[in-house]
Amino acid sequence: MAQPKADELGVMVARDPSLMTGAIPTRDWMDVPAIFKPGNYCYPAKASMVAYHNKSLPGLFGEPREWDVESDDWKLPENWKEIIINGIRERLDKFRSFKIFMDCCVRCGACADKCHFFLGTGDPKNMPVLRAELLRSVYRNDFTKAGKILGKLAGARPMTFGVLKEWFMYFYQCTECRRCSVFCPYGIDTAEITMMARELLHLVGVGTNWILEPAANSNRTGNHLGLQPHTFKENAEFLLDDIEEVTGIHLNSLTFNRKGAEVLFVIPSADVFADPGIFTFMGYLLIFDHIGLDYTISTYSSEGGNFGSFTNNELMKKLNGKMYAEAKRLGVKWILGGECGHMWRVVHQYMATMNEPGDFMEIPVSPITGTRFDNAAALKMVHISEFTADLIYHNKLKIDKSRNDHRVVTFHDSCNPSRGMGMLDEPRYILNNVCNNFHDMPENAIREQTFCCGSGTGLNTGEIMELRMRGGLPRANAVKYVEEKYGVNMLSCVCAIDRATLLALMEYWNPNVGVCGVSELVGNSLIMDGEKERDQDLRFAPLAGMEG
Amino acid sequence: MKILYPLIAVLAIILLALIGAQVSGGQWLFGVVLPYVTFAIFLGGFIYRVTNWGKSPVPFRIPTTCGQAASLPWIKQDKIDDPSTLSGVLIRMALEVFLFRSLFRNTKAEVHDGPKLVYGSSKYLWLFGLMFHYSFLVIVIRHLRLFTNPVPSFVQALEFGDGIMQLGVPVLYQSGLILLLAVTFLFVRRVLMPQIRYISLANDYFPLLLIFGIASTGILMRYFLRVDIDSIKKLLMGLVTFSPQFTGEIGSIFFIHVALVCTLMAYFPFSKLMHLGGVFMSPTRNLANNSRSVRHVNPWNDPNIKPHSYAGYEDDFREFMVDAGLPVEKELPPPPAAADETAKE
Repeated sequence: MAQPKADELGVMVARDPSLMTGAIPTRDWMDVPAIFKPGNYCYPAKASMVAYHNKSLPGLFGEPREWDVESDDWKLPENWKEIIINGIRERLDKFRSFKIFMDCCVRCGACADKCHFFLGTGDPKNMPVLRAELLRSVYRNDFTKAGKILGKLAGARPMTFGVLKEWFMYFYQCTECRRCSVFCPYGIDTAEITMMARELLHLVGVGTNWILEPAANSNRTGNHLGLQPHTFKENAEFLLDDIEEVTGIHLNSLTFNRKGAEVLFVIPSADVFADPGIFTFMGYLLIFDHIGLDYTISTYSSEGGNFGSFTNNELMKKLNGKMYAEAKRLGVKWILGGECGHMWRVVHQYMATMNEPGDFMEIPVSPITGTRFDNAAALKMVHISEFTADLIYHNKLKIDKSRNDHRVVTFHDSCNPSRGMGMLDEPRYILNNVCNNFHDMPENAIREQTFCCGSGTGLNTGEIMELRMRGGLPRANAVKYVEEKYGVNMLSCVCAIDRATLLALMEYWNPNVGVCGVSELVGNSLIMDGEKERDQDLRFAPLAGMEG
Repeated sequence: MKILYPLIAVLAIILLALIGAQVSGGQWLFGVVLPYVTFAIFLGGFIYRVTNWGKSPVPFRIPTTCGQAASLPWIKQDKIDDPSTLSGVLIRMALEVFLFRSLFRNTKAEVHDGPKLVYGSSKYLWLFGLMFHYSFLVIVIRHLRLFTNPVPSFVQALEFGDGIMQLGVPVLYQSGLILLLAVTFLFVRRVLMPQIRYISLANDYFPLLLIFGIASTGILMRYFLRVDIDSIKKLLMGLVTFSPQFTGEIGSIFFIHVALVCTLMAYFPFSKLMHLGGVFMSPTRNLANNSRSVRHVNPWNDPNIKPHSYAGYEDDFREFMVDAGLPVEKELPPPPAAADETAKE
């Protein structure tokens, strides 16, 4: 299916009849079936991937099989409805959040127009309230008195194949960004509901390959790209050559799997592999070399992004466990984490709870400034932006701001660090200190109200490109606003999935705007000892005034 | 249908009470038995629901962080929207419960050609929601006059405040009018706004119609179809002292009012109205954002789920790792050819 051009899609978003543009659907939502067409769904998981996960976590991923989303036979197990209903029961007993969120919605509609997918598609089932109702309706039918007695009148419906199709379609049109939760008077968090629904889908073997394969790679090779240890090392070291070419100095501080290092640095693996993440990685290395940090990177725990969190709690825990296991093996004092969204959601909200305590480490102390990170006292893990902001605050970095003068920068708050962690000011503090041209987007699109890149939670796959461009439209729109107002040409962020997906989003909607990590701008601004006269940035682009 | 059925249900209750109050024994049924039964359902149901929620653990800290977290000492924390301590949580919850803080943030998004998305402030749902809930609360407290003897001073003070807009007999209580206005607004909003109409269920309209009925019968009773307030007070005092008695003629409108209130009480625990209890228990709002500084325990955490071991990883890739100069725990075995050589010697 050909993907529409940006201006065509723009017209479609603004004019096509949809609940967003004010056209009222004629049929009740329960009577509108989910119809799969090429381009509107993610490909199902390969049998081999399901089999792989079943080896270590039996029963959580269903029967391995090849199946076709567009077919009416998903080759489900005979008792699939029973599995789902029992799965709901089990989760109601395990999560108070799930129970409360099933019971307390009053359908006030405050969340209705807060979802980026609803804004971009106008599809009623992308209103967070209705997305939740897809699951809530089944819950009412089997778990509430009113639903059992009144049935459809009370908004209840039995679990059917049609419902399952809807779940697959719409719980994979939710990026768990939590924007709706900010506005809900009861804090109902659709991300939590989506997580439950995805766990249930996986129980009956309905998963997507773009999640299960990276998760399998992360488990086996350490990173979601499946880079084997030597390739990972070579890729990273290759970037040292680029750094040398730009700055004239060769960094010797990069080591791998080194026992006895003070700090273990965990990155989103895309940062050693994909453009523009590699520039962020160069930024990290320059910062660490600049201050003489005693750190190492692990090839075994070479992925921060946790694809397990898009499937179920068990796989999330399994993948996350590597960080502590490796920290213990290497004997580091604490862990530093790179710029990654979901990684930090999992690390911040789940890691210290899921794992055995990280007591073998020490409360993180910056060896350069002496700052003790008490906010990470139990977890023993610090975010690179916190670490860098602290360095700048204590004047430990020699910075030449003008080296970023060819960039007019804005900042994309990634959903997870902002709404799942509360990290809003650190990146802004850094940006204000490493570049002269920084402009925030309008307040409805930043900080806790920030918009998703449109492709998180395992949706950054090519087969749903139109959906991604629609979902990312609110973000792109806010960028366009500052592009027109201030001439912004660089969208910075602290998330690897963002760096991958915003790039496609900007190329589509705002082709003059690039994408970078915050650490890239820091690295670019650093005055390194013994460096040559700089005329290029880390991307070999000429610095302002050096255009020749 | 979504509006029609609830409407029929409410009218049926009214009709039932109207007729029931006329037949012999009907007054006992509607004035004594029904209130006792439904109050028991309300109380028991409410407690059951809240304890049922409470039985499920909160395994993870998942507050929605709507502001800057506690971080470096020189970065200003938003202590209310991103609390890290219990006192911060209490303030956040108080603002949520008493002032509907999250709803206050509400915006409205519009899509224009371009496409251009614009967001505007939208506070009317917050305003009418607040009016609705507070006038309801005032009315409930005001009704304590009928159940207490002597009437507590705070009830009298509230009554005075509620009637301050007008001096006259009987005093006009603003709360009744505000409730009627707000409930009408919430109903009309549900019908007129396409997005809200689309998500509305019969059980969204039912309580609104019910409360509309309760408010209007209450107002009718007080200002237009006057009832014998002394007999009513005696009946209600009798109810709370478990010695109910009918002393005079009470108008049918009273029984209609009571039947609607009883329906609301019985309906309450089994419906979305339980958001009254749920709002206090929502983990995205009532938890401190301190999961990195304090370790929390998940009661059902499975210690048997272990990461893929480093040893297994190294076994898979040892040869490549050695070649690439990566440190390994176990060296490669000597190559078989070399082993043969040594055997020969």
